[in-house]
Amino acid sequence: MFDNLSSKLEKAFKTLKGQGKITEINVAETVKEIRKALIDADVNYKIAKQVTDTIKDNAIGANVLTTVSPGKLMVKIVNDELVALFGGKTEEISTEGNPTIILMAGLQGSGKTTHTAKLANFIKRKGKSVMMAACDVYRPAAIEQLKVLGAQIDVPVYFEEGNLNPVSIAANAVKHAKENNARVIIIDTAGRLAIDEQMMNEIGDIKKTIKPHEILFVVDAMTGQDAVNTAKAFNDVLDFTGVILTKLDGDTRGGAALSIKTVVEKPIKFVGMGEKMEALDVFHPDRMAQRILGMGDIVTLVERAQDVFDKEESDRIQKKLLKDQFTFQDFLSQIQQIKKMGNLKDLMGMIPGVGKAIKDLDVSDDAFKHIEAIIYSMTPKERETPDIINGSRRKRIASGCGRDIQEVNQLLKQFDEMRKMMKTMNKFQGAGRSMKGLPFMR
Amino acid sequence: MGIFSFFSKEKKEKLDQGLEKTKTSLFEKISKALVGKSSVDDDFLDKLEEILVTSDVGIETTLKIIDRLQKRVAKDKYTGTSELQNLLRQEIALLLDENKSEIPVDFSDLQGKKPYVIMVVGVNGVGKTTTIGKLANQFKKAGKKVVLGAGDTFRAAAVQQLKIWGERNEVHVVEHGMNTDPASVAFDAVKYAVDNGADVCIIDTAGRLHNKINLMTELSKIKRVMSKVLDGTPHEILLVLDASTGQNAFEQAKQFTAATEVNALALTKLDGTAKGGVVIGVADQFKIPVKYIGVGEGIDDLQLFNKHEFVDSLFKS
Repeated sequence: MFDNLSSKLEKAFKTLKGQGKITEINVAETVKEIRKALIDADVNYKIAKQVTDTIKDNAIGANVLTTVSPGKLMVKIVNDELVALFGGKTEEISTEGNPTIILMAGLQGSGKTTHTAKLANFIKRKGKSVMMAACDVYRPAAIEQLKVLGAQIDVPVYFEEGNLNPVSIAANAVKHAKENNARVIIIDTAGRLAIDEQMMNEIGDIKKTIKPHEILFVVDAMTGQDAVNTAKAFNDVLDFTGVILTKLDGDTRGGAALSIKTVVEKPIKFVGMGEKMEALDVFHPDRMAQRILGMGDIVTLVERAQDVFDKEESDRIQKKLLKDQFTFQDFLSQIQQIKKMGNLKDLMGMIPGVGKAIKDLDVSDDAFKHIEAIIYSMTPKERETPDIINGSRRKRIASGCGRDIQEVNQLLKQFDEMRKMMKTMNKFQGAGRSMKGLPFMR
Repeated sequence: MGIFSFFSKEKKEKLDQGLEKTKTSLFEKISKALVGKSSVDDDFLDKLEEILVTSDVGIETTLKIIDRLQKRVAKDKYTGTSELQNLLRQEIALLLDENKSEIPVDFSDLQGKKPYVIMVVGVNGVGKTTTIGKLANQFKKAGKKVVLGAGDTFRAAAVQQLKIWGERNEVHVVEHGMNTDPASVAFDAVKYAVDNGADVCIIDTAGRLHNKINLMTELSKIKRVMSKVLDGTPHEILLVLDASTGQNAFEQAKQFTAATEVNALALTKLDGTAKGGVVIGVADQFKIPVKYIGVGEGIDDLQLFNKHEFVDSLFKS
C-alpha cells in the first residue's frame, strides 16, 4: 500500500549508491529527495521537513560507519525515524466501563458507519456482546445503512425513528446497552466538517452526555495536507483517544497517518483494509514503518489467516485428511475460507518481496472462480467420491460449468495428486505414531 | 452574457464563503510572507513553496508556478506586494486557462443532447450520491426533467439514500434494489429516460478504490451497456473527487479515466478544507476540466465551476 513511497525512497537512495560514505554534500541531495517523496506521499510539509532534518543530522553523524553502504544506512535511519514517529508500540482499545462506550467521529465520507460495523464485528469475534447505535440523523439512509450492516454481522442496532436529536439518541442507546447487558456499545455519528461550529458543538455535547471510554477519530488514508488541521480541530473538541485509518487498501501513500500521529500525539489503533466486514486490522507501528520501506508484512497475513479460518472446520478437514477422506466438498470449503481472508492481491502484497513484484500485476479475485464452477457442477455424490467421475460424467460437468473438458480433467488430476501427496504424508505421520508405541522408542 | 454575469450575487457570496478558508489561508499567508521584503529572494520562494504545497496544490504544480514566477520577476522587475500578488494571480489563472475546456454557463445548457446522460464515478466516500442529489436539484430548477439510476447496488442502503434524494427533488429513480447488477440498472435508467422524454439521466455507481481491477472492469461494463440503449451515452462521465484528498487524487483521475474516459470532474467538500489549492493542481495536471464544485451541505450548494471567479475569490482581500 505504501508502494509509491517506498519506490520513491529507493530512488532517492540510489543517488547514494556507489559512494563510499555519507558527507554533507551527498546527503543533502538524498534528503531533498526524501523530503519530496514524503510530501508527495501527503506527509504534512512541516513534518516532512522536521523528519528530513532529523534524518540528515543522524546520517551525517553516522558517516564513520564505512562497513555499511550509505544506501543501507539511510534505509535504517529513515526506518528508525518513521518507527519513532509512529510511536513505537501497538495500542489496544479500552475495555474500561460496563458497557465500554466507544464514540466514532470524523469528516463526511471517511468511513465511520462502515467502520462502526467492522469494529463491532471485530469485538464480537473476541467473544464480547456488542451493540451499535445509529446517531447519524442527517445523511439520508445512514441509519438504514447501519441496520443493514448490523444484520449482516448479527449485531443489534439501537435507533430511534423520527428522533432528530443525536445527543438524546446516544444517551438512550447507552441506557439500552446497560439494560441489555451489552459489554460494548459503539456510537456512530454523522460526518461533520471541522469548521462547522454547530456540528462540532453537537458532538462535544454527545461526549459530555455519554462520557465515552474511547473516542475514535475516523480518517481517510487518502487525506492530503489538511489532515493535520482536521485532526487538530477534532482533537481540540473531543480530545479523542485513537485513530482509525480507513481505505488503506487503496494505493494511497498514506502520509496523512504520519502527520496525524505527529500533530495530535494520539495512537492509530486500527486500519481499514477493504470492503469486507473482516477487513479491519490492528495498527502495528513497527510493521507500518517496515511497510513504508517495502519490507512486507507477513505477520499481518498470518494473523488474518488465523482469525478467519474456522477452527472447527479446519479440525474437521484435518481429520478427514488423516483418514484419507478428503473430498471435493472439503476442497470447496477451503477455497471459501481463503476467499474470506480478503482481496487476493492484498494478501499477496503482505508477503515480503512480493509487494513490489505484483505492483502492476492484475491479480484477479476470480482466481478460484473456474475451479469453484467445476466443483459446483458435480453432483453431491461425485464430490464425495471423485473416483466415479468417468468420461460421460466429465463431459456433463464440463458443459454444466461452461469450461473445457480439458480443464475438468486437469482439476481431477491435480486433486488426485493432492490426495496422493496427503496419503504419503499421513503414512509418515502414522509411522511416527506407531513407532512411538514401541517400548524402545520412548 | 458576460463570463461573470451568470453568478448571481447570492451564488457568488456562497462561493466566497465556501472558499473562505482557502482564501484567507492563501491570500494572508502570501501577504505575511512578503512583509518587509523588497525583493523576491530564496527565502520568499521557500515560503511560497510551503504555502502552495500545504494548500494541496501538489509539488509538481507548485514548482511550475514558482519557476514561472521567478522568470516573470526577472523579466518584469517586481516592486511591491500588490504587484507580486497580481503576478501570482495571473500565473494561476494562466494554469487554469491552459486547460481549455468549455464549461456551460448554466444548468439549462445540455449541449443539445436529450436525454443528457451523466455517469457518476469515484472512490468510496467522496460524495457521489450527495452530488447526484444536488445535481438533480439544479437541473430540475433549470426546468429539466430528471431521471436517476440507483447503480450503487453494493453499499448498504445506498439505493435507499438515492431514493430519498429522488423524493426530495421529486424525480423518478430507476432501481432494482440492493445486490443487483449495476449495469442492468444503468441500462434500464437510460431506457426509461429515453422512453419518457427525460432531459437528464444521472447514473450512480458504487464507490470503488481505483486499484481494484475487478471493480474498475465492472465500471467499464456499466458504461458500455448504456451506449446500447442510446448511441454516444454516457455523454458525461463525472469523476467526483473529495477536495481534502491529497496527491492520491491524481492517481484516482488516472485510473478512472483509463477505465471510463472521465471527461468532467466534480470537487466536493470544498467548504471544509483550507486546501482549495487542489483545484489548481488538478486543473494543471490532468487535462480534465473541473465542472462542478460542492461548497456546502445545502441542496443548493453545488455550482458550475468558473475559473475566473475562483481565482478572483482566492485573491480578493
